[in-house]
Order: sequence, then C-alpha cells, then structure tokens
Amino acid sequence: MGGQLRPPAYSGKIPRWSEQTALLWSALTFGIMGKEPDRFNLPDPRGPTLKSIATTYNRGLHRFAVVLACWTFLLIIAGALVTSNDAGLSVPDWPTSFGSLYKIPRLVGGVKFEHTHRMIAQGAGLLTIILAIWTWRAEKRRWLRYLGIAAVVMVIVQGVLGGLTVKLFLPPPVSSAHAALAQTFFCLAVAIAVFTGQKWIEEQPRIEFDQRRPSLFTLTLLSIFVLYVQLILGAMFRHHGMSWWPHVVHAVVVSFVLAWTAIRALTAYPNVEAIRRPAILMIALLIGQVCLGFTAFLTRVAWGRDAVQPELPMVASTVAHVAVGALLLATTVILAIQTWRHVPVAFEERLPQAQRNPTTA
Amino acid sequence: MNRKNWITVSVSVLALSALLALGACSKKENTEQSSNATEQPAAAPAATPIDPATVATVSGTVKFDGTAPKPAKIDMSQDPGCKGTNEAEAVDVSGGDLANVFVYVKDGLGNRTFDVPKDAVVLDQSGCKYHPHVLGVMAGQTVQIKNDDPTTHNIHPTPKDNREWNESQPPSSPALEKTFAREEIMLPVKCNQHPWMKMYINVVKSPFFAVTDKSGKYEIKGLPPGDYTIAFVHEKLGEQDQKVTVAPKETKTVDQSFKAM
Repeated sequence: MGGQLRPPAYSGKIPRWSEQTALLWSALTFGIMGKEPDRFNLPDPRGPTLKSIATTYNRGLHRFAVVLACWTFLLIIAGALVTSNDAGLSVPDWPTSFGSLYKIPRLVGGVKFEHTHRMIAQGAGLLTIILAIWTWRAEKRRWLRYLGIAAVVMVIVQGVLGGLTVKLFLPPPVSSAHAALAQTFFCLAVAIAVFTGQKWIEEQPRIEFDQRRPSLFTLTLLSIFVLYVQLILGAMFRHHGMSWWPHVVHAVVVSFVLAWTAIRALTAYPNVEAIRRPAILMIALLIGQVCLGFTAFLTRVAWGRDAVQPELPMVASTVAHVAVGALLLATTVILAIQTWRHVPVAFEERLPQAQRNPTTA
Repeated sequence: MNRKNWITVSVSVLALSALLALGACSKKENTEQSSNATEQPAAAPAATPIDPATVATVSGTVKFDGTAPKPAKIDMSQDPGCKGTNEAEAVDVSGGDLANVFVYVKDGLGNRTFDVPKDAVVLDQSGCKYHPHVLGVMAGQTVQIKNDDPTTHNIHPTPKDNREWNESQPPSSPALEKTFAREEIMLPVKCNQHPWMKMYINVVKSPFFAVTDKSGKYEIKGLPPGDYTIAFVHEKLGEQDQKVTVAPKETKTVDQSFKAM
C-alpha cells in the first residue's frame, strides 16, 4: 500500500512567484538586482518548519556567491580564449609570469590571453577563499560550510592543474582535466549561489512524488553523466589528445538523453516552475550548443585545418561552444538539484521488498 | 516505458559513453618525453675517415607540379612590434621551383660516424618570422637563436624524439644556444605569442643534407662514393625518396618534383 507511506499532499496556496527556483539565470539576476525581502515573508500555510527556523537569508553572502559564479563564467571564457588562440604557452613560466609574481607584462599577442586568464583566475581564487570564510562564519547549514571549503580545495587543485599544463607543455590529459574541473567548479559556484538564495531558504518545496520509471531524478543524473563524458571527449579533442569523431558521435547520445530528460520534466511536471524553467533552458541551450558545435566543426576542422593562425570565426565559435557547454552543464545540475528537492522519488520505492510487507506483531 | 526497457536504454547509454571515453583516452598516449632527458649526445666515436680525393657531389632542383596555392595571409595586428611580410611560407613556389625542401641522405652511410661541426647554425627571429623557415642541423650541433624584433618571442620546439622546451626571449637579449640530441626530421618549432610563427628543424646524424633555396636548388657535397637513398621532405607535401649511386668524384644531378596535394 504505497499510498499509506506518502505524506499528505500539500494543497496550500503559495504565490506562483515563490514557487520559482533560483535556477541559473534567476539566481544571477536576483543576486545582482536583489528582491524585496517582504515579498518572500508571506506566512507559510504549513506553519514554521525546521528548515525555515534554522536558516535565515543572508543577502550579502548570496550576492557574493552570485558574483563568484559570474566571475567563474568569465574565467571559463578567458580560458577558452587561451586555447582557441593557441596561447597556452605564451607565458612559459608558472607560477610567475616572465619571472614576476605581480608585474603585468606587455599584453600583446598570446600573452594578452594567457596573462589575462591568470589574473582572472587569481581573482577567482581570492573570491572563493573569501566566500568560504564568510560561509563558515555566517552560515548555519554545516553541509554548505563544507561546500565552501570544497570550493577552495577545488580552486587550488585547478590552479595547480593550470600550472602543470604550462610546466608539462600542455599534455592532453592534464589540459582536459583542467577544462573539466573548470566547469565542475562553475557548477559548484552556481549551486552555492542557489543554496544561499532567498528562494531556496524561504520557500516551501512543492513536493510531488515521482512514480514514473526511470525517475526524473535518475534522468537528470544520467544527463550529467553523459554531459561529463562529452566534456572530456571535447576537451581531449580540443587539446589534440584524440580525434574529433568520439565527441561528434557522443553528441547524438547527449542530445537524446537531454531531450528525454527535458521532455519528461516538461510533460510530467509542467506546473512545477522550479522544474519547468531549467528544463526549458536546458533544451534551448542544447539546441544552441549543437548549432555551435556544428559551426565550430566547420570553422576549425573542415575549413580551418590549414589555417596559418587562429582566425576570428574559429575562435568565436569554439569559445561560444565552451561557454554554452558550461551553461548547459550548470543548468542540468540545477535541474537535478531542483528535481531532488521538488520531485523526490516515492518513498516506497526506496524500501526493499521485504520491508514493504509489514507483518503483524 | 517499463522497468526492463528503461534499464536496457540506460545501460546502453552508459556503455556507449564509457566506450567512447575509453577509446578517446587510449587514442593517444602522451608522447612527451621525460623532462630529465639529456640533450647532450653520448661521447661520439671518432669520425670515420673519408678520402677527400674520391668524394662526390649530389645536386639538383625540386619542382612543384601543378598550380601553386596562394600564400595564406598573416594577420600580425595583435602585436604592434610585428612588421613582417604578411604571407605564410608553407608552400613556397616561385616559377615552379619549390623552396624549403629538406634534402638528406636517409640511407646508405652504414655505420659511418661524423664530426659535429663546431660552428653554430643561426636561427633568427625577424619581422615576427623565423629565418630560415626550414633548418638542417647535425645532432649535437649548436643552434643559436636570435631575436631581432622589438617584441618578446617564445621559442617552443614540439619534438617527438627530443626534449621539449619553451623559453621566452625579450628584445635585445642574448642569443639562446640549444642542441638537439636525436635524429628527427621536420621537428616543429613555434612561437605561442605569435601563432603564425612556425618553422622546422631537421636533426640528422650526417653532414650530408641541404635545404632548397628560392630557386628550388640544393647541393650536397663531400659524399663518399656508394649507393644511397636521398630523401626530399616538405612540411606539407610529405616525403619522397630516390635511390642513387654515386661514383668517385662524380657530380650527380638528382631532381625531384612534388605534386599538389
């Protein structure tokens, strides 16, 4: 009797806007523009919960997390510009730049891209450390405090990987790891921005149990997995570690899985805005990403094979492909988080069969 | 979709993803060499004596068959310090004569050894281009790298068999002196600050090599009589070999032509 295990369905009216989740774009927008706090302080029909008592919204911390997420996105674009302009080794030393830790070299040629990338990366490291300290001091949720520490560890590892790419002359596995960890860190920064957002803290999740199989949550995890594989395949191709065809072939797999996930989300939970919005964004980004991938293939592989130097069309298309790829991965992660929150797997499905048949004492 | 079907679909997707990732990772091993690989060749045995009275000369012209591709344009605007000619040198054809072909004795010298010249070979960076575009050098011979530009360059050879290195060279700085220990043909050298800057160093064990000039001509002197394989290597057009026999004191003409790819 699965129905007996379900909690009573929530039927209280919550204003539509408060159902919205702080997914990628809204998180960024709200963080910069802010929202009137009283709009979210409507009385909860269910009364106070442990969650709402334990955690209070910290506007400053949230905005700072949003700044870090935006800064990280900028850093990913700067890193993509380095690779697309073949400027990865234009500054031959690390951690110094031409022997100095603080002097800014003449920003011409490849140095312009490489050193700018290093400066933005230093800023990201500093922002991450500040965010971690702030979170540790101001945040009551222990798991979020540790998430801030994880971000610091990740940004340090990322910096070391960046240094290794210089020291080891861009070996494809190291460069690809640097690219993959960059997007992982971006996802983490966006997630922290979401978790510190006012909606996440103050809204009551509208819970609908997912009875379909595979569950939407499983599909979102599968989407993240195939996107990660695609990210590694793309990075290995971009860094001359493999041919282009695995990335192109796997794009079909990614398109299928992401379309399946988005369509499931939109058809099964059209009224859960926290699900609907990232699902729509995911499908839009997927279409854009496939088009950009095709353009990048034409400009870089088909037409640019014998190019004397990186040309504007190939740089623009490949950098856009990397940037939209990062947004797509982060959106999918947000969809997974919101699915986990709003559409959990029905409880009885988590119980072993033996425990579903209660015996009388 | 029932449980069995979705498990099948999920497993298929995972398997395909894993297979592609595995294929990608095993495609190319890191060809980089250990950073502690020495560039200094082992103590060379004494050179095998050659009778100067019997040596021969092989010379000729390398031609390009077909319509020569138009030189690609270079955009040097990203560095005001670069004022060079804005045409790439990849396929340098003038009146059907093909320049920048490396010609060397690939086979036939047996176990002969040769003294490494004391004189350095000069590689100059001027007008944000390398001069020469194709260079021949003996293993262990010094390559002197100069920067005559008012901007910083970095010199970055990307070899398969030699040690990789990457050093920057500011304007008016002393020349860099480098050697390459192992034989390697068409070893690419590039500048990551100016991505159009590319050249090729050819490292060989014998002194019997040449690079074709603007008129496609080359000359290899002092070759002892014998049967040889002469290789003609171009950075874009590939390699072509010819077997030749040279008699004592003979001056032999060996021409070669490359077809458009």
